[in-house]
Amino acid sequence: MAHEIIAATNAVVVLDVALPGIVWGWIITMNMWAKSIGTGIIFLTFFLLKKYPKETGFIRFPAVMVSIVTIHLFLFFTVIDLHQMFRFWHIFFHPHMTSAITIGAWMATGFVGLLLGMAYAIYMKKDEALYDRLLGYTVLLAVPVTLYTAGLMAQSTARELWQMPTESAQMILAALIAGTATMLLLGGNKFSNTIKKDLGIILGLSAAAAFILYMAELIFGPMKAEEVAAVLEYIKGGEYTIMFWIGQVLAFIVPMILVWVSIKKESYYLLKIAAVSALIGLWISKHVWLVIPQLLNMS
Amino acid sequence: MQLGFLVDLHLCMGCKGCEIACKVENEVPLSTWRLRVKYVDVGAFPETKRTFTPLRCNHCANAPCERICPVSALHYLENGIVNIDKDRCIGCAGCIMACPYGAIYIDPQTQTADKCTYCAHRVASSMMPSCVVACPVEANIFGDLDDPMSNISKYIQQHQGNVQVRKPEKGTEPHHYYVGGGNVTLNPLASFRAEGHSLFNNLTHLPVGGHH
Repeated sequence: MAHEIIAATNAVVVLDVALPGIVWGWIITMNMWAKSIGTGIIFLTFFLLKKYPKETGFIRFPAVMVSIVTIHLFLFFTVIDLHQMFRFWHIFFHPHMTSAITIGAWMATGFVGLLLGMAYAIYMKKDEALYDRLLGYTVLLAVPVTLYTAGLMAQSTARELWQMPTESAQMILAALIAGTATMLLLGGNKFSNTIKKDLGIILGLSAAAAFILYMAELIFGPMKAEEVAAVLEYIKGGEYTIMFWIGQVLAFIVPMILVWVSIKKESYYLLKIAAVSALIGLWISKHVWLVIPQLLNMS
Repeated sequence: MQLGFLVDLHLCMGCKGCEIACKVENEVPLSTWRLRVKYVDVGAFPETKRTFTPLRCNHCANAPCERICPVSALHYLENGIVNIDKDRCIGCAGCIMACPYGAIYIDPQTQTADKCTYCAHRVASSMMPSCVVACPVEANIFGDLDDPMSNISKYIQQHQGNVQVRKPEKGTEPHHYYVGGGNVTLNPLASFRAEGHSLFNNLTHLPVGGHH
């Protein structure tokens, strides 16, 4: 490992140029976070309308509106992060189809089209059957739209920490956490306790699975590659340690505990606190995971 | 034709002539570099030595930057050079995330990605890259890897067993070779790089994105 080499050789960089700092910063975090809500709410809408069609019919309109707003937030942050944002159209007119960015942009555009169709169906035509039919296609497209960022991170060959299997699982789990949290806040007290319990279970289990993945990477990642070991030093006593653990506690540990208490006591008012905690914590967790590989010197 | 580069680190004396020639030839703005020479000190006094490593784009056969670029701004030329079309680049910085060699940067003037192109414009006019011309000890060797009679091919043949590339485990198949390299010169994790004032300048990070 590099640590031993440095100890043995006492090699020190004494002259070099300034290295790039964090290139993908909070704007990309906002991008991923907003997308998690935008696709997650669609997953949850589909689940609730299938399982409780009569009790949850009222969520059709607010759910699609939340998705439209957050997906446009995601697109907004995508565009403003470009150093040449007014050339965004190049993606559509000079597309390079090996790039996850291109594939993602095309799929997100299709996703927005379907969302607008759903909004038209429920608001203008008052046609629930059409809405539900479009929802089926939207859910199918929501899966790759959720996953493409994981593909982009996997294509970032320089960043060893981001591996497709774990990132794709984390993206889906983040969508489930964000979608459930938003649904709990959106539904308010209109949901029955049975529905709240279901949402609580999804939130709690998704948080548990995501937390296990993070911990697994934290503990076992360094055993696979020295670059991963070096990156994880930033959250193992390094400058991002506190932020990392604040994110883990808010996104995963607090929701897990509150869901457990709610189900145990059959009292679900705590789920709203769990939802807010999860949404804030998710942003922080994603931000730390996005930033730390960029701190490593590539050359 | 497959153009490639080889640097004989035994010969390089860290004069930085290649850096300056590159900057002048390609009008590389202040604070950014297509090519740089990194100094690493090894050992403890009095048993010390200084290593010099010129670092530039590796023009990989399996270039992650070309693959991730959403608009084909990064593209292959027929001679194997990974070139960049700055008019097409949207500045998404995906290539910066993908390049394992830290060879790509955002040009602060054009707000697009930029990197070493092996002086593709000079090569098109049958001239050598400016860094090759400037090197006083001919440590930079440039040529056609497909031609067994080219200088670079013969050099690789003569130094078999001592020719290395950076980060071969990444599977990028670089067309940039080093003779006389080692862990300290080629592996950035094998040397300590503290931010702050060092021998001649301030080692630091740049706020590249302007979004901080």
